[in-house]
Formats: sequence, C-alpha cells, structure tokens
Amino acid sequence: MSRLIDVENLKVSYHSGGRVTEAVRGVSFYLQPGETLAIVGESGSGKTTLASALLGLLPLTARIDDGRLAVAGQDISHASERSKQRLRGRVVGLVPQDPMVSLNPTLSIGRQIGESLVLRHGKRYPGLDADVVELLQQVGLDDPALRATQYPHELSGGMRQRVLIAIALAGEPQLIIADEPTSALDVTVQKRILDHLEQLVKARGIALVIITHDLGVAADRADRVLVMRQGEVVESGAARQVLSAPAHPYTRELLAAAPAFGATPRPLPVALAGKQPLLRFDGVGKVFSLPQGRSFQALQALDLAVYPGQTLAIVGESGSGKSTSLRIALGLEQPSSGRVHFAGQDIGTLNWKQFRPLRQRMQLVQQNPFAALDPRFSIYQSVVEPLVSFGLLKGRELEQAARRLMEQVQLPASYLDRLPRELSGGQRQRVAIARALALQPDLLLLDEPVSALDVSVQAQILDLLRELQAELGVAYVLVSHDLAVVASLAHQVVVLKQGQVVEQGEARQVLEQPRELYTRELLEAVPGRRLAVA
Amino acid sequence: MTVLQRRLARALPANEAWRPRRRLQRLLDQAGPLLRRPGFVVALLLVLFTLVAALAPWLFTQFDPYATQPSAKLLPPSLSHWFGTDELGRDLYTRVLYGARLSVEAALLAVGLALVCGLGLGIVSGFVGGRLDAVIMRLVDVLLALPGLLLALAIVTAIGFGTLPVAVAVGVGIIPGFARTTRAEVLRIKTLPYVEAARLGGASWGRTLLRHVLPNAWGPVAVLATLDIGAAILATAGLSFLGFGAAPPAAEWGTLIANGRHFLITAPWVSLLPGLFLVLVVFSLNHIARTFEEVQR
Amino acid sequence: MSRYLLGRIAQAVLVLWGAYSITYFILYLLPGDPLSIMLSASGMEIDALSPEQLAKARSYYGLDQGLIERYFDLLWGVLQGDLGQSLTLDRPVTEILAERLPQTLALAGLAIALSLVGGVGLAYLAAYVRWQPLKVFLARLPALGFAVPVFWMGLLLIQVFAFGLGWFPATGSAGFDSLVLPALTLAIPSAAVYAQVLQRGFQDVWREPYIVTAWAKGLSRAQVQARHAFRNAALPLLTLVGLQVGNTVSGAVLVETIFARNGVGRLVQEAVLRQDIPLVLAVVTVSAAAFVLVNLLVDLLYPILDPRITHAPKVS
Repeated sequence: MSRLIDVENLKVSYHSGGRVTEAVRGVSFYLQPGETLAIVGESGSGKTTLASALLGLLPLTARIDDGRLAVAGQDISHASERSKQRLRGRVVGLVPQDPMVSLNPTLSIGRQIGESLVLRHGKRYPGLDADVVELLQQVGLDDPALRATQYPHELSGGMRQRVLIAIALAGEPQLIIADEPTSALDVTVQKRILDHLEQLVKARGIALVIITHDLGVAADRADRVLVMRQGEVVESGAARQVLSAPAHPYTRELLAAAPAFGATPRPLPVALAGKQPLLRFDGVGKVFSLPQGRSFQALQALDLAVYPGQTLAIVGESGSGKSTSLRIALGLEQPSSGRVHFAGQDIGTLNWKQFRPLRQRMQLVQQNPFAALDPRFSIYQSVVEPLVSFGLLKGRELEQAARRLMEQVQLPASYLDRLPRELSGGQRQRVAIARALALQPDLLLLDEPVSALDVSVQAQILDLLRELQAELGVAYVLVSHDLAVVASLAHQVVVLKQGQVVEQGEARQVLEQPRELYTRELLEAVPGRRLAVA
Repeated sequence: MTVLQRRLARALPANEAWRPRRRLQRLLDQAGPLLRRPGFVVALLLVLFTLVAALAPWLFTQFDPYATQPSAKLLPPSLSHWFGTDELGRDLYTRVLYGARLSVEAALLAVGLALVCGLGLGIVSGFVGGRLDAVIMRLVDVLLALPGLLLALAIVTAIGFGTLPVAVAVGVGIIPGFARTTRAEVLRIKTLPYVEAARLGGASWGRTLLRHVLPNAWGPVAVLATLDIGAAILATAGLSFLGFGAAPPAAEWGTLIANGRHFLITAPWVSLLPGLFLVLVVFSLNHIARTFEEVQR
Repeated sequence: MSRYLLGRIAQAVLVLWGAYSITYFILYLLPGDPLSIMLSASGMEIDALSPEQLAKARSYYGLDQGLIERYFDLLWGVLQGDLGQSLTLDRPVTEILAERLPQTLALAGLAIALSLVGGVGLAYLAAYVRWQPLKVFLARLPALGFAVPVFWMGLLLIQVFAFGLGWFPATGSAGFDSLVLPALTLAIPSAAVYAQVLQRGFQDVWREPYIVTAWAKGLSRAQVQARHAFRNAALPLLTLVGLQVGNTVSGAVLVETIFARNGVGRLVQEAVLRQDIPLVLAVVTVSAAAFVLVNLLVDLLYPILDPRITHAPKVS
C-alpha cells in the first residue's frame, strides 16, 4: 500500500522583519491509508506549521528550506498553488480548531456545505440540496432540513463542530486533519463528537491526523503517536507503546505532567477540628431577568462551605452556574435567595462601598492571564496596586513587599521592571497570583486558573498553588471544568449542572467513587482514561 | 524554570539592589522604531517646517507678503520666485508661508476645542453609562446629522466671518468623531479583566479611570486627533475658499486658491501650487497618524 | 420587529427636531443683531429707517416675538411645509428649494455611485493582487484622496480635462456632460473613505479562521476573496454610506461653487454671504432630513446583509 503522507527531513522556517525562526527542523514521518495518527506537542513545537504545510496553506512568510513532503504520492514542497488547491478538500480535509469562529457568519449552513459538494462534483448538480441534508443527518444534527437554512450564529458550538465535520467529509477526502479537537468545547460534548467522527472516518476508510497538546486524546484515539518538541520529532511509534513505555525524557515529562496519567499529586490534608467555615452559601439561588418578561435561573439552592486552608472545587460545564457562584462570593452579584456568609458576616446584601474592606481578605485570580494585567503597567505596578489602592504601604516598604511577593511565586525580582507582553502565559499567571496575594487574603478565588496554559506549565502553576496553600494557609475556591486540575488541588468538590447541585462531598470520594450518573459521565469524558485505566 | 533555578531564586537575599525603571526611559524606547521609518521622518520634518513657518515665517523668506509689485505680476515659478507671483506681483511662496500661521492656528484651535469637548463627552458617556449615555449619544447624533460645512456656515452666518469663527465652526463639527471614538474605547476597556482586577483590589472609580482606562484608551484618540488636524486644515481652507475666512489681504490658504481661480487658464500655478503645498502638509499629517496606528497594532 | 421600526422612526424624528432646533438657536441666538442682519440682507440699512419703520420691519420679520415664541411659530410652519420667506430673493423658500434641489440630487446621486464603484473596486483590487509594489501603491492611494481638498481637486480637473484636453465643459448646469467633472470631484473623498475602510476590512477578515476553512475546502483565491472575504469585509460599508451623506452635502457646496452649477450648494453659499437667515436654516434642515432618512434606511437594511443582526431583543 502506498503511503498517504510521506515526509522526509522537512525543514520549514519563517522569515519576517529580518528575523528567521525555524519552526520545523528535519521532521520525517509517514501515514498509511486508514490510519489514525496523533501529533502531540506543546506551543512552539511546530505541529501547527506541519499541519499547514500538509494542507499547502503555509503563509507567505514561510519557506520550505529542505526535505520532501508528499501527499497522495505528489510532492507539494515546491508545487504550484494550483496543484495544492486541487489537493485541498478533495484529498486532504480539515476540521478546524474553534467551531465558534470557523464558519462564515454571513452564509447559511447549507450553502457552506454545498460549496464543498460542488467542488467535489465540479459543478452544481440537481441533487445538491438533498445531499446537504443527508450529510447533516450523518454527522448527527437533528432536523437537518432546518439546519441547512440556518446561519452559524443560530447553532450551538457542538452543532457547529458537526457542520465543520460535514464540510470536511463532503469533499470525500482520503485524509482528514483534525486541529486541536478538544480545546474549544465542553468535555462531554467533545467526547460525543469525537466518537462520532471516529465512527464516520473508520466507516469510510479515511485516515485521520489529530493535532493536539493533550496526550489523553492521543491515547484514546490514535493508532500511532508522534511527539514533537521545538520543531523536532522526539519520539514516534504505536500509541500504546509510546504512552506506556516512553523512551525519550521529554515524553516522560509530558506524561508526568498530564494529570490523567502521571501520579497526580494530591493536596495535603488539612486539620479541620472545630474551625468555622470561612465562606458559606446557604440555599443560594440566582435568577437573571431577561427582556420581555422572561427569566433565567442560573443557580438553585446551592449549599457549600469553605474552611480555612482548604480547597473547595466547583466543577461544571458551561451554563452550570459555576461562574455565577464565584461572582456572588465576590459581591459582584447579589443572590436572589438564600444567604452568603464570609467569616460569619452576611455579605449578600452589602453594597460596593460596604464590601470594600472585605476585599483585603478575599481576592480573585482570573482565567485569562493574557488580559489580566494592564499592558501599560510594569509588573511592579501591577503587583503592588492593591496595596496602593488601600494605601497600606509606601516607598521602600512597597518595594520590599513587591520583592517578597515575586519570591513567593518563584519569579526573579528583575521581572518587576518588565511589561506583561515580555512574559509568557505561565509567568503572567504567576504575576496575577502574586497580585492576588499582595493583601494577604484569607481566601483566594480561582476562575479556571490554568485552562489557557500549556500542559507542562499547568502542572507548574498547580504545584505553586499547592505549595502556597501549605505555606500561607490560604483557602481556595477553585472553579474548573477540568477534573484533572480539580483532583490535584481539591479537598471538597461540588458538581453543578445547569444551576443545580448534582453531587458534593470529599474530593477523594466524588472523583473515585462517584454516586451520580452525570459525575460519572464527566469522569469518563476526560481524555486518556481509557489507557490509564487499562 | 528548572528545579535548580527555582532553588536559586529562593536563596536570593531579600534586599538586592533593584529600583523601578524610569518612565522616561521607556518612552524613549518607544520612539526608536518610529524614527527608523524614512517616510515617517520626512513627514515629520515637513510638519515641523510648517509649524515653524507658522510661528516665524520670516525665517524662510525675505519677501513681504503684502507688498504689491504690479510690474512682476503673474510670473511663472522660477529661481527667484519659487511658486511664481500672483496678480498683484506678490511672491506666492511667501504668501503661502504667512498663510500657514492662520491656517495652522485655526486648525489647532478647532481640534483643541473638539478634543476637550469630545473627550469629556465620550468619557462620561462610556464610563457612567445608562441614561446619561443615551442622552449624550442622541446629542452626538444630532451633531452628526448636521453636515460639517453647513453647520460651520450657520455658525459663520451668526457670528460673522474671520479666522476665529471658522475655527469654532470646524471644531464643533469634529466633536462627534471624538466623542464616539472615546466612548467606544472606554466601553471596551471597562470590561477587560485587568480593570475588574483593579476594582476587586480596592481601586476607586477615579483611580481606575485615571490609571487604567484613560492611558489605554489614549491610542486611537491620538491617532484620530492627528488625522483631524489635517481634516481641520482642509475644512478651514474650504471655508476661506468660499469667502468666509479672514478678509484680504490676509493670506489664508483657501483664500489664495480662491483668488487664483480667475487666472486658471493663463496662470494655473496661482491656484494649484498653494493647493499642492496644502495637500503635502495634510498628507504628511495623515502619514504620521497612520504610522502611530501601525506601531500600536 | 415593528416595535423596533417605530422606535427607530421616533429616534429619527427626534434627531431631526434636535438638528433644526440647534441650527435655529445658532442663527437667532448668537451675537449679532438679527434685525440689522436681516435688514442688510434685504438691502436696507438699519440706520436709514425711522422708528416706526423699524417697528414695522420687526413685526414683519417676526422679531417682535420672543425667541421661544418665534421658534414654535416657525416650527409649526415647517410641519405644514412652509419654510419661510427668503430675504434676498423675496420668494418662498420652499419654491426656491424645489427649483434647485433636483440639480444637487443628480450631482450627489452620480457622485455616490461613482465613489462606491471606485472605492470598492480599488480596495478589491488591492486585496487581490499579489505583486507587492502594486499592492502597496494601491493601498496608499486612498491616503492621498484624504489629503486633497475638494475645491483644489475640482480646479485641477478643470485645468486638465476642460482647458487642457477639452473633453468636458468647465462650468454650467446643462446636460450630462457638465455633470461628469463635478460628480468625479465630489466622489473622490468618499471613494477614499470606502477604499480605506474596505482595505482594513479585508486585512482583518483575511486573518479570520473561517477563511482558513474556505481555503481548506479547495476554493481558489478569487473564490475565497469574493464569497467569503468580501461579504464580511464589506459589512461596515453600508453604515459608512449613511454617514457620508453629510460629507457629500458639504462637498456639494464647494463643488457647485467651483463649477458654477445651479444647485442648493451654491444657493446656500450665497445665502450665507448675504446672511439670509431663513434660507440657511431651511437648507440645513433639509440636509439634516436627508441624513436622517438615509441612515434610517441603512439601519433597516442591515439585517439583510448581516444575518446576526436581528433587531430583536437579545438574550445573553
């Protein structure tokens, strides 16, 4: 059988602004028809460049310096635009990363799928509309005839992802490249869609290349795995083998950092004897009123208690109400029913001015480290801002406090002079944590603190948070959709679904012996469990 | 960071020599990439030349802009008269330089007025929101509905002709642009995470506005201001072209071009060359604005 | 939807009323004695009149009423279609406008059409070509269009095409030939704006993920640009057309002056020179009305172009 993809010693570099960046350095691999290959790597590994090269979509600033890149027997490393165009859609299909922005907002679904079908057949043909509806049905959309007339913004994320799969299948390709298929949607939704994709692909004998940073996905779905780092392939082989007995130290590092595989460090137990809860929700509910007299119930009868030095994790998918509960705790929203107590004080009815003194004891670390720091503030200014706002320290003492905070988050003091754009995502998150600790709060609220970061960086930040809790005795309320993150930090877990509590209790019990069906669904949807459990 | 680096960081003494970097130094760092673009430098030089000519035109020419010399009328451009002469024998290049003062003055006044009012309205509208926002935006809509030139004409009808009324008239017409841009920026920044973080860290609204919102909103407003100086120059020239500017023998650029209309067939340079100078100045201003914008992106 | 429509119309009327009021107050409230202004506009000197004649004049111009009283009087007249009497031409303003408006509308109409074709065409071309020098040149061209004053451009065009090549007449309002140069002059600033905005739009849209999806389907460059990029990049253009009405009217005043055309533009220029207040007020009001109307149409047309905009209350 001839190979579908044959890459030999490929070298790709980017030339812009007088600088040359080597993205791919001498990569070689192959793909047989009908196989599933996972290319695993973190940001900067070159996997995205590789995917673009396979599609013939490298930007003008990129250059193939050396090597051979053959798709379906044709060498496209120096081919004309026309020949590359002929391969796209008909031989190589793409399922893009983020379904929310990958569809043209001004064209109907039917027309966008129709385009691919027309390209396949060479021109418009009478059965086009019927074929569109048939395809929509195959990818699992309800009421396909209606969906074909709708526009992307009328569909949910999961539905849009299915439409993108339909577009890729419409071209009847021999190979589909799935770019980061697990990053944009809820875990349970992702799992269902990927299962379905696997089915469709196997049924038609289409080869699948999965580009991902998530080893779990590679473990679950790939026949073979390619691990990339900084433009080079560090390891490749059968999935089972690479993941159970990795040869290269980097692969071992990735495995150790991925919570589904490595020995997940657990939080240290905290003595509770006779302590009062720091934060308590008693039957808290929140209803948002909508235009035209309707209302939306974000939370219903939520009870929880956070004890000093402990971590409570609130787990749920989008729409579960977890962000709303954080906002209520912070005083950004007021509960519609029930009571919220902080250190014994009822905070549910306080206005902003009354709440302000409490802010010294309760701080927030936000989700997106790339927007959490004012781009014009130096790190020093960002970190000490809470101290300045409350007028607690001045001059020399302020500088000392800044140095001390940087030490706590394990960043060198020289970074205090820098601007946020000079720091990486992980470093910025550390700065955000330092800023949150400036006032020496008793409670830290963490909103998806590591979801925007690379796997290995995630592990570092989680380690840092664990150490800080042990050192400073800070309590955490952690909101996350990622059960692996939760497992590494939480003492108590609350599982939410559409505003209601599904299950809550000790972390160990909820995560290892869940009682409710939904919790079990969530656990099963975590990629990598198949291989880990085996 | 490797494990070793982490251990080292912890072992460092608490009182190492470190002070916050000066703000001036950071400003100079920003100016660097701008000066490396040749187009930007040329444009900047032309604008500076015009500014200096506006303040001290006698530095660049020895002719008298008002001295008539009928024997030398309507001479084409030559080495002694760079732009030629007009129908009264006055050196055109000199007239253009002296006219710079009036035009630049009017334009700066107009933009200054628009900046203060527009910025204020935009900030209040974006920051406070609610009813006040709706009212201010309706007001801006009303101003927008009145075409710039016609609004200026109405103001000039009422106040009278001259450089100051023209400046006020043009300024009022530019206010909506500033108000809307500022408001859009304030709205955008207000919802960003770092503003929320500052508020949660105890910052008052005043501090948030001054230290976070305004400095980050400044960029597009500065670009718009530079572009509007050019637009104001064009607008004031238009008004003086129509005859509403300073009375003759004042040498406002629009008046010069209007004058030359009558001699278009025989001596086209009388209209066209001052206009060309005007075009170059406005083009340079626009280029500077665009370069700012590119660098910010 | 109809609730939205009513709301928008109410808003439009409100804005129009606001525009009328502001102009009224500017003209009648600002320094300068309205009586002497109006008298000199009619060709009389205030000093040459006796007190009784002054009193008669005052009541004739309606200046014996208070500011507010006169305001409501005039407003009532406007609602009935009476825009007052021109001081200099001594005819009802409505009549004068009816005579001169068609000329200006023809000019503006042709100019808007030319500017759209020119602006969109330029930006499309700039996005399509791949040869860098040409691409950069086309991208810089709109900037030049911004820097050129309308009146100077008109003179330049007259010099080249009328006096130099003799293809078109330099002045006058007769026939289509005389419309070409003025429309072209008027079109250039708007075309520059459209070209600039569309170029930016293309630049932004070209980087969007759905363009990658389009490429991945196997479409050619021309197809991707036409079907996916253009449809999205051109969305802001509709709003712009609405906003450009104001600039077109302003430009018309200058263009009609240079080309000596009998339109409303030149009318208002003469009116301002002679301080004919009722005429100025009427012309400004009509322009504001045109602006408001066009923008209302644009608002209502938008959902057809952009399916995300539905004018229904949103649920977040």
